[in-house]
Amino acid sequence: MQMREMETLKHSDVNQAKKIDIRKTRVRWGEFLIESSLGLCAMISIFTTGVIIFILAQESLGFFEAVSPFDFFFGTSWVPLFEPSSYGVLPLLWGTMLITIGAALFAIPTGLASAIYLSEYASPRMRAVVKPVLEVLAGIPTVVYGYFALTFVTPLLRKMVPGLEVFNALSGAIVVGVMILPTIATLSDNALRAVPDSLRQGAYALGATSLEVTTRVVVPAGLSGVMASFLLAISRAIGETMAVTLAAGATPNLSLTFLESIQTMTAYIVQVSMGDTPAGGIAYQTLFAVAGLLFVITLILNIVSQWILSKFREVYE
Amino acid sequence: MSAINLLEESIVEKTAGESESIPSQTFPDEVILDIDNVSISYSGNPAVKHVSFPIAKNRITSIIGPSGCGKSTLLRSINRMNDFIDGVTVDGNFIYAGHNVYSSRIDPVEVRRNIGMVFQKPNPFPKTIYKNISWGPQINGFTGSMDELVEKSLRQAALWDEVRDRLHESALGLSGGQQQRLCIARALAMEPDILLMDEPCSALDPISTSHIEDLLFDLKSRYTIVIVTHNMQQAARISDYTAFLEMGDLIEFGITDQLFTRPNQKRTEEYVTGRFG
Repeated sequence: MQMREMETLKHSDVNQAKKIDIRKTRVRWGEFLIESSLGLCAMISIFTTGVIIFILAQESLGFFEAVSPFDFFFGTSWVPLFEPSSYGVLPLLWGTMLITIGAALFAIPTGLASAIYLSEYASPRMRAVVKPVLEVLAGIPTVVYGYFALTFVTPLLRKMVPGLEVFNALSGAIVVGVMILPTIATLSDNALRAVPDSLRQGAYALGATSLEVTTRVVVPAGLSGVMASFLLAISRAIGETMAVTLAAGATPNLSLTFLESIQTMTAYIVQVSMGDTPAGGIAYQTLFAVAGLLFVITLILNIVSQWILSKFREVYE
Repeated sequence: MSAINLLEESIVEKTAGESESIPSQTFPDEVILDIDNVSISYSGNPAVKHVSFPIAKNRITSIIGPSGCGKSTLLRSINRMNDFIDGVTVDGNFIYAGHNVYSSRIDPVEVRRNIGMVFQKPNPFPKTIYKNISWGPQINGFTGSMDELVEKSLRQAALWDEVRDRLHESALGLSGGQQQRLCIARALAMEPDILLMDEPCSALDPISTSHIEDLLFDLKSRYTIVIVTHNMQQAARISDYTAFLEMGDLIEFGITDQLFTRPNQKRTEEYVTGRFG
């Protein structure tokens, strides 16, 4: 008892001796400086995006004053640089779609299979080797893929496929497929691994085999993440430039086969940007109309995949 | 192969040899599963050491003991759910239907079809209530009326009245207690011989817990239940037999009433009276 009294006495002494003031007496300039410079850096990307959208819109509007939107969206002939010119974007859109569909046909099954292998079957040691290698694939510059298509894939394909042109959609589609494979494999693997182990155990405890657990519980449970990975990869394939420019050529074409040269929207942009098209003319403005269309398509795909991903986060809670 | 054959034969002899083995003389019930000298280790660290006790048919056997005593490890080994954990080794025999569950001639998938399991945390599939129940029978080639089986299983798990109007809604919309009863119904739909339950009430509120305890009483007539619990009152309330494990050793196995009121071992007495653990 005595001890405690003495302690409290001591305590109040200390409190009396020390003057406590909790009012705001100074501005912390260092804090302010850091906070505002961090904010400024974050603003840069928002500002850039804003400027790009503004310029795309402005120049596209100029284009649509000269060419009717109907002719642009539904015309089947794309001859912007020569007389008589015509500005139907469908051949370019089709070229892009051909590459994207071909790439997806290759990359979706392969990527999903890789993801299933990595998340459900591979030993930790195997994973530690395979996953970084897959990610290295994603880091190779795309121009290298284009060159690889032109000098390796195309000659190989021409031995097997008769009638294949030097520039062709098939070769472009294959290398773009290889390029987007890591995106699908890595993101799908993440989605499958996010499926709680308790679900797998629940399924095994009901007498399921590994295959049944994987195909009928794990993949359906992670499906939204897997779908999002498909969409992100597809939007990457749509926006892909160098590989398709090098591999698939520069011939706007509504061809139904993969054997001929085609031109994608991005390849067209490269062609015009590098040529001597004078600024301000209608040919110059086609760049922005095509780029604007490309931007809208990939933006929609990204928004949809983000939306699917955010839905997927709620699933197990 | 031959070594395993020999091993199994000697075991069958041992369980058949009535005069020597404990079960048939002092054990009043039919043995459905015999845990015989089982040791389990994780990467060389022993978790269960030389444990033997019988599981009685149509009875509830509870396994109790302080955290880390190996009770869940032992339970999960019965239907080979430890196969999915790296570095687990199991020695000894789980004799079920005349075979050691760990023999190389045994298909673990078949074992799990007959020995079902309910986990500590409810783990319904992110599917509809109906599909949660129908999934197991479906992959195992069930050919009867699925609607009837779903209703029967949900009734057995005392969940039917609460979900009959929302069978095709997601199971994730159910409360925790309902989800756990759904997991029990899902296991029952397989009509298992033995139902293993790993602390099935630990994530539940007292009302849901008493629902499930009532349920276990009803299920006893049709199923054999082995339940791991850290709740001694629960073990005393619901089980017929109790095994008490500590640090991987089986300290005592016996009829629940005896084990709780007149334990043979001092450690058991200290544990059940709450002096440690």
